[in-house]
Amino acid sequence: MSRSTALKFFSCGIALYCLVPFLWLVLTSLKSSAELTAIPPTLIPSLHWGFYRSALKDYGLLGYITNSVIVAGAATLITITIGSLAAYSVARLRRGWTNVYLMLLLAISMFPQIAIAGPVWSLLDRFNWLNTYQGLAAAYIALSLPLAIWILTTFFREVPSEIEEAALIDGCSRMQALYRVVLPLAAPGILTAALLVFIQAWNEFFFALIIMTDPNVQTLPVGIALFPGEYTMPWGEIAAASTIATVPLILLALIFQRGIVRGLSAGAVKG
Amino acid sequence: MSNHAGGLIAALVVNHLCKRFGANEALNEISFRVADGEFCILLGPSGCGKSTILRLIAGLEPSSGGEIAVDGRRIDSLPPRERDIAFVFQNYALYPHMSVFDNLAFSLRMRGLSKNDIDRKVTEAARLLEIDDLLRRRPLALSGGQRQRVALGRAIVRQPKIFLFDEPLSNLDAALRATMRVELARLHRRLKATIL
Repeated sequence: MSRSTALKFFSCGIALYCLVPFLWLVLTSLKSSAELTAIPPTLIPSLHWGFYRSALKDYGLLGYITNSVIVAGAATLITITIGSLAAYSVARLRRGWTNVYLMLLLAISMFPQIAIAGPVWSLLDRFNWLNTYQGLAAAYIALSLPLAIWILTTFFREVPSEIEEAALIDGCSRMQALYRVVLPLAAPGILTAALLVFIQAWNEFFFALIIMTDPNVQTLPVGIALFPGEYTMPWGEIAAASTIATVPLILLALIFQRGIVRGLSAGAVKG
Repeated sequence: MSNHAGGLIAALVVNHLCKRFGANEALNEISFRVADGEFCILLGPSGCGKSTILRLIAGLEPSSGGEIAVDGRRIDSLPPRERDIAFVFQNYALYPHMSVFDNLAFSLRMRGLSKNDIDRKVTEAARLLEIDDLLRRRPLALSGGQRQRVALGRAIVRQPKIFLFDEPLSNLDAALRATMRVELARLHRRLKATIL
């Protein structure tokens, strides 16, 4: 076997290993109740859509989706807005401390969530922001801002300062130069950062669980986790809801794949 | 480089200009003047501060002391956009996400000119520099010489009081450099502009 064929097999193996749980989830969601509990398990489902109907109708999945979209969308928008301004300043202020600041940011983004859970909860309680969209979004912004600034700074540093200076001479203020010239040129980085922030907020479970105790404002991961009742384990509905929760992320990643790859490899090769 | 500012009527007067980067003194009491319509060239070894002088005049760096005046008016405290000075960068610094037309039109749009005026001025400048067939292209699809012309066009289209060229020929090959040198001189004669 040639080296490239072996490499192909190896990559396919890894891809399969990662995809099998998701594929199993999708297949499960399309089974009927009888197929779900059959022994031995049926591999090919009868394309039964009942669990999707039930998840949406009986388990209020649409409400969880709406809450997730609001919280993750707001967190992404605000993180990217604040993060862009912060990263732009760090990228342009080439002082010794900016690298220390970036290292600190990276270190902060590695903090385990449990380390800040108590203070975050107390703060939100004092503001009366528990069980509110803004409360959870604020926690997500704090969680994702360090990494967003870090990614965006790499991108802004790649935009030659002469191009920005040309814009200043051509009649722009600093903010106009940022908005009209720097941001469009750093678009792949902004897209990458935005997607990572959105995915993080969309998937986040721990803070959503402790901040949102009211079912009306709960997000998808918490909502799905609370599907099981005292005497029931609705595997089919859980599989259907999980598929619905995952598909938008997969679509986003596929649509913006090129941008993400460019975003994550920025600075690796001199352009 | 002259260290003395003589005469009174000049398009550009630089007086006792200083620039320090931390403890490092990049410029010390530089004075010179450029008359209206003059083509003035700063010569000196690499690292002697030629680019720094141009950047201070354009307002891209704050000075550490001294005066810069254009047509008798002090400009050293104004932001770059209020100085009415065009700058052609060594690496051209074209906006890569815009077409050649948009590159030329950018400063006019920032000044709020009407669409008709912008079209007319961009077309005139493009015709003068013989880049009117490139207006729809992006800078990446242009050769070095063509990019140089677009950078010149971006400066010309604004009709500024003063043009600053920072080593405009250094990124071109020897043959093109000779051609562009002649063209710059021709352009200067046509525009009767003050060029440094």
